[in-house]
Amino acid sequence: MRLNLKASNVSTTPSAIRSLPKRLEPALFILPHLIIFSVFFIFPFFYGLVISLYDWHHFFPEQRTFIGLDNYRRILFETDHIFYEYFWRGLRNTLTFVVLSVPPLVVFPLLIASLINTEPRGYKVFRAVFYLPSLFSIATLVLIWRWVLNTNLGVLNLTLAQLGIGTNIAWLSSQPFAWLSLVMMTIWWTIGGNMIIFTAALKDVPDMLYESADIDGANLFQKFFRITLPSIRNQLVYIFIMTTLASFNVFGQPQLATGGGPQQTTTVLMMYIRNIAFGGGRPRPGIATAMAVCMGLLMILISIAQTRIIKRMGD
Amino acid sequence: MALRKIEQRKKRLSFWILLTISVFWVMPVIWVISTSFKTEMEAVSGGLNLIPRDFTLASYRFIFTDQNNNIFRYIRNSFIAAGSHTALYLLVASLAAYGYGIMQFKGRDRIFWLLLSTMMIPAVMNLIPLYSIMIRFAWLNRLTALIVPGLGGVFGIFLLRQFNLTIPKDLVESAKIDGASHVGIYWRIILPLTKPALIVVGLFSFMGNWNDYLWPLIVINDDAVRTLPVGLAIMQGNYTIYYSRLMAATVVSIIPVLALFMASQRFFIKGITMTGIKQ
Repeated sequence: MRLNLKASNVSTTPSAIRSLPKRLEPALFILPHLIIFSVFFIFPFFYGLVISLYDWHHFFPEQRTFIGLDNYRRILFETDHIFYEYFWRGLRNTLTFVVLSVPPLVVFPLLIASLINTEPRGYKVFRAVFYLPSLFSIATLVLIWRWVLNTNLGVLNLTLAQLGIGTNIAWLSSQPFAWLSLVMMTIWWTIGGNMIIFTAALKDVPDMLYESADIDGANLFQKFFRITLPSIRNQLVYIFIMTTLASFNVFGQPQLATGGGPQQTTTVLMMYIRNIAFGGGRPRPGIATAMAVCMGLLMILISIAQTRIIKRMGD
Repeated sequence: MALRKIEQRKKRLSFWILLTISVFWVMPVIWVISTSFKTEMEAVSGGLNLIPRDFTLASYRFIFTDQNNNIFRYIRNSFIAAGSHTALYLLVASLAAYGYGIMQFKGRDRIFWLLLSTMMIPAVMNLIPLYSIMIRFAWLNRLTALIVPGLGGVFGIFLLRQFNLTIPKDLVESAKIDGASHVGIYWRIILPLTKPALIVVGLFSFMGNWNDYLWPLIVINDDAVRTLPVGLAIMQGNYTIYYSRLMAATVVSIIPVLALFMASQRFFIKGITMTGIKQ
């Protein structure tokens, strides 16, 4: 082998000529992605900051006027401004959804994963069943659930009536049922991924730990909090943060299922941003972009805070 | 012996709890399928029966023949968009993953971690500026707008690179000694070896693109190029009171992803597991 190497060295052209294209070779592999990435990820990021400083028009560049931080001032501080109202109401609604949806979206899949991890008969089928809804698009999801939750004809109300509980609950157009429905369909839709991550994590916890805990006479809860949770901490952090970010981005469920109602109580920030930037009337992309920037910064701050808090809890 | 008994009892208990929850889990879908085989009359009669009294294919026949119903065009558009996006992304991402995982060059890891750190930036911040770029490129109402921008995604590269790092260095080195070029090593050694990872990344980019709702809603207005999720949402408005037809359309929309899932279930599970242990 070594002999071969030497032989090939002898036969090659002088290294100075050879090395230039050789050094450019990595570019051939990483540049296609880097170019697309710059055009569609990096450039828009900075461009967005610029747009948020303008009274922006999508189609008429000559009508764009620079207004400094006015958009931010309007949405953050000018209490009598309509966009102030939209921003804070949207943010409040989004946060409500985050607070209501994240705990069950973390706990429920962990519970199911624990059950599946005992590997009972047909556990692979169960796993597939719980994962299945994750395959559906938001439109399919909402079509299914609007029919299930239909006030007069839905299977849920019909069953409740049969059991003698509740009479014709308006699941999607009255509170608190609208929030309950949105959280319910989101749980149904998205627990699959978290469940599979948890199942894999639980499988990696060494049996030995549980066995020695058994010898020490630990009960089920002690085992769960002292052994299971610390052992899957990394995955827990990951799921907690990713689920929070996903819930922040909620859009399709309220947009299609409740239409943001009743009385705009489920109109989340993403819906306002989309309506203000692209809706009827005169779109105000500048204002919407300022809202998006604030929302994005908040999301970054919250995920940093979550990482910090959990790290400290572990110490 | 006693331990085994406890183990058995735990399994049995888990089985029954899982079975109970599963029933609730599949119920919505069963209810939808059941409605799609009922007559419109029966669908609105308020019966709880899952087996239709007058089993009929009328709703499906309607979906297949109605001139104003474009569901198959939406499906075709979704296939074109998601399929092209996936093929192109696999090419772009596997090339980049080869660069960051197999090749050696100055600043390699610094560039890569910089790329990864941009994943912290929430997508919402890019939405409106990206729309402006689509206007500039004249990509509004074109499938290109659904195919190309997502090719900059970093996550698939991350997964493929992790996989590349597990490939023994000797393999690459000895190929080099035999005179293979990087393009040759990439094509003949790395791609075949990383096939499972490529399938995983392909599945996820396909599903992500297929199910995308917000972005197509913004950049596509022309019904001729509309994709399935937005198209379905519009059908929901058009068929409002025809529940059986609406549910037949829902079932038809489920079939493609269901087929994909059945054909590749183990890859789904492998893929999600890979994302979960990224920490």
